[in-house]
Amino acid sequence: MNFTLRVWRQRNAADPGAFQEYQAKDILADMSFLEMLDEVNIDLVHKNQEPIAFESDCREGICGTCCQMIDGEAHGPETGTTVCQLFMRSFKDGETIVIEPWRARAFPIMKDLIVDRTAFDDIIAAGGFVTANVGGAQDGNNILIPKPDADTAMDAAQCIGCGACVAACPNASAMLFVAAKVSHLAHLPQGRPEKARRALAMVSKMDGLGFGNCRNHYECEAACPKEISVAHIAKMNREYGSAALLSDQDPSS
Amino acid sequence: MLLDPKIPPGPIEKKWEDYKFHMKLVNPANKRKYKIIVVGTGLAGSSASASLAELGYNVHTFTWQDSPRRAHSIAAQGGINAAKNYTNDGDSVQRLFYDTVKGGDFRAREANVYRLAQVSVNIIDQCVAAGVPFARDYGGLLENRSFGGTQVSRTFYARGQTGQQLLLSAYQSMMRQVGLGNVKLHTRREMLDVVVIDGKARGIIVRNLITGQMERHEADAVIMATGGYGRVFYLSTNAMGCNVTATWRAHKRGAYFANPCYTQIHPTCIPVTGSHQSKLTLMSESLRNDGRVWVPKKAGDKRAPETIPENERYYFLEERYPSFGNLVPRDVASRNAKDVCDKGMGVGGSGLAVYLDFADAIKRVGEPKIKEKYGNLFDMYFRITDENPYKTPMRIYPAVHYTMGGLWVDYNLQSSIPGLHVLGEANFSDHGANRLGASALMQGLADGYFIIPHTIGNYLAGANLPKVTPDHAAFKDAEATQRDMVNKLLAVKGKRPAIEFHRELGKIMWDKCGMARTEKSLKEALVEIPKLRERFWKDVNVLGGAGDLNQNLEEAGRIADFLEFGELLVYDALNREESCGGHFREEHATPDGEAQRDDENFCYVAAWEWKGTGKLPELHKEMLTFENVHLTQRSYK
Repeated sequence: MNFTLRVWRQRNAADPGAFQEYQAKDILADMSFLEMLDEVNIDLVHKNQEPIAFESDCREGICGTCCQMIDGEAHGPETGTTVCQLFMRSFKDGETIVIEPWRARAFPIMKDLIVDRTAFDDIIAAGGFVTANVGGAQDGNNILIPKPDADTAMDAAQCIGCGACVAACPNASAMLFVAAKVSHLAHLPQGRPEKARRALAMVSKMDGLGFGNCRNHYECEAACPKEISVAHIAKMNREYGSAALLSDQDPSS
Repeated sequence: MLLDPKIPPGPIEKKWEDYKFHMKLVNPANKRKYKIIVVGTGLAGSSASASLAELGYNVHTFTWQDSPRRAHSIAAQGGINAAKNYTNDGDSVQRLFYDTVKGGDFRAREANVYRLAQVSVNIIDQCVAAGVPFARDYGGLLENRSFGGTQVSRTFYARGQTGQQLLLSAYQSMMRQVGLGNVKLHTRREMLDVVVIDGKARGIIVRNLITGQMERHEADAVIMATGGYGRVFYLSTNAMGCNVTATWRAHKRGAYFANPCYTQIHPTCIPVTGSHQSKLTLMSESLRNDGRVWVPKKAGDKRAPETIPENERYYFLEERYPSFGNLVPRDVASRNAKDVCDKGMGVGGSGLAVYLDFADAIKRVGEPKIKEKYGNLFDMYFRITDENPYKTPMRIYPAVHYTMGGLWVDYNLQSSIPGLHVLGEANFSDHGANRLGASALMQGLADGYFIIPHTIGNYLAGANLPKVTPDHAAFKDAEATQRDMVNKLLAVKGKRPAIEFHRELGKIMWDKCGMARTEKSLKEALVEIPKLRERFWKDVNVLGGAGDLNQNLEEAGRIADFLEFGELLVYDALNREESCGGHFREEHATPDGEAQRDDENFCYVAAWEWKGTGKLPELHKEMLTFENVHLTQRSYK
């Protein structure tokens, strides 16, 4: 298979950036999208041109490192898939493929297809945890957790922090990412003591980092490689609403 | 020289408790005055950072990735072991200890393994408390499943994403400390050197991967949790960024490298399809709970698997190992898969694959139950191979997965450089010559949550640590060395991309030092690797500059280290004139093809000291004694 690639090239954060065209030749249907880019890069080095900068690590869809807009879709045309698990058999021979980085104010572009997603770590640091110092834990079976609760918590906890939800959202909102963590921990008895504080702190941090508001487009759910449901956003809104109503604590304390 | 592992005295059940009582403590108010560097944010690094910060230490944590949540612990699928005996099937600390020592083919240190089994129960409790959504039954209790090399069900799991859930939980605990200001997180920093002053590790040199600047960071102690070296084989189940650089650079500063030839080839991976492949994908060992491994009895049988009748199938693991069946340890399962493929019974286009078949399990419990247990793995398999494993058996083949070798550490997890501690896969200590499934997650969290918080206090309280600053001559020298290395890579200006040398190295390692090794193949590798290294330094083309984000440069530096390290791995394999666990020397096999140990001559840890490029490393031995589990020929029949 052969493809024409239109790839976003940008030297650094200050550079305005532009699309450049490359040819991907003799590509096999069984190659992953990133293996196709590897081959293009090897070819570029042989031509003494600087290869395309893009990030990936586990290449099995779980680490959340890879992030590319492919023909305007976060992680490309397949549903429930990261770029690294996208295979060339999903494309037609001879096609032109447009590859861009995530575009969101809160994820500044660093080089070519690499963006800075530190904002997600900042949101977790604000409240996405259970306060459970090492040493004091009781036996893991002492608190029974109904299976449906454990399963729902797990559904939400699958988030890989890739940022596709933000990239796909017309408002670049991080609601699905935040909701996934709020919902995961609020469904477990261990997470409940600080659930109000958590929801307030994470939402407040998200708002401060330049993410947009949720307007219920649900593009996030469609783009999510782990198919996390927007029902968790509803759960977060309940948690946030009741926390804001019932709690008089300052979320920053 | 014989190495002293500093194992505390007393009966094995009491060693750790007694030792903890006798250790020196750092007063809570004084902990803030000690600065500890943690390199790596996988399970071991994140959990160590979190628990040390909870204690009050001033922690600085480094990762080369954009976020600490990306570390490759996240990819572990199947589960984590703990001796809880929730299933009432006879498990105990003693049994987990016994299984691990035996599974490691009697090449692990007993005292460490016992401690690991002891703290395993605390790990589950801690993870539940921190919000890990482990699988539960309808009554709300924790579920278990089985893994290889054991006859009990002691593996806790969160669907097929146990590593992800454990890592995110440790990450969240660490990020809580970042928010509280107790951990200073340095992302996109690659550790390039350890700074040793007056014989003690006092800091590191890192390259800021965004600006290209070298940075000096001083500390009272350094902890490395930088993972394994499986990518020396190029193709492996490791992530693209997994590398040996941090441990190799520490080795060059005096940390001994132990048992590098102990590499684990995992039996159940998706087979190689072509030379373009960048990595191999694991299908969790937990699948062997329900999947049956077989090949057609007739060599070269090309019929579709569903059409081959039962009596023409060879369930080789069940037939050869009736007691453990499909759940034999990884090294045994891998060697047997290789054996049937070598005999021509392999399946798929390359003939280098065997079937992992779920038809019986689906018949027994129904497709929905199988989907609930392994859904994400089946989806992944489908995505990669375009074949539906609910309908047709998976095709699997062994691939490089985990490395049991690593930097030598004593009972305190301290390397041969005082003040330099090594945790998780980066050290060598607990798995001997073969790691059992679901034990890597256990070891990472044991080291980070429950061991290093104690032993590092003992070190700090007893060490004389005068203040050092980053303008000390040792920091300047180390930084200059690393700057030179970067400039040297950029100056070659050859023709070929670094990845091509990596692929060549991988081929040498896999062909000559892979699942089966011989004196001849190893000696050939020892000739070929230095030649390849020489070509690399003449012909590599590293584009871009030193002063900005340059992935080419990062990759080339890591490959340069693999090209040196690979030689040590092969050298160690040549020295070890026996077969044990994942190290299989064809010359040393029992009549029925099992690994033949030589306890008289090789019951030791081989810890190698760096003597300079092109010079032979010096061997130091730590003798292993087995007082509690007696040395026997392993049998899973």
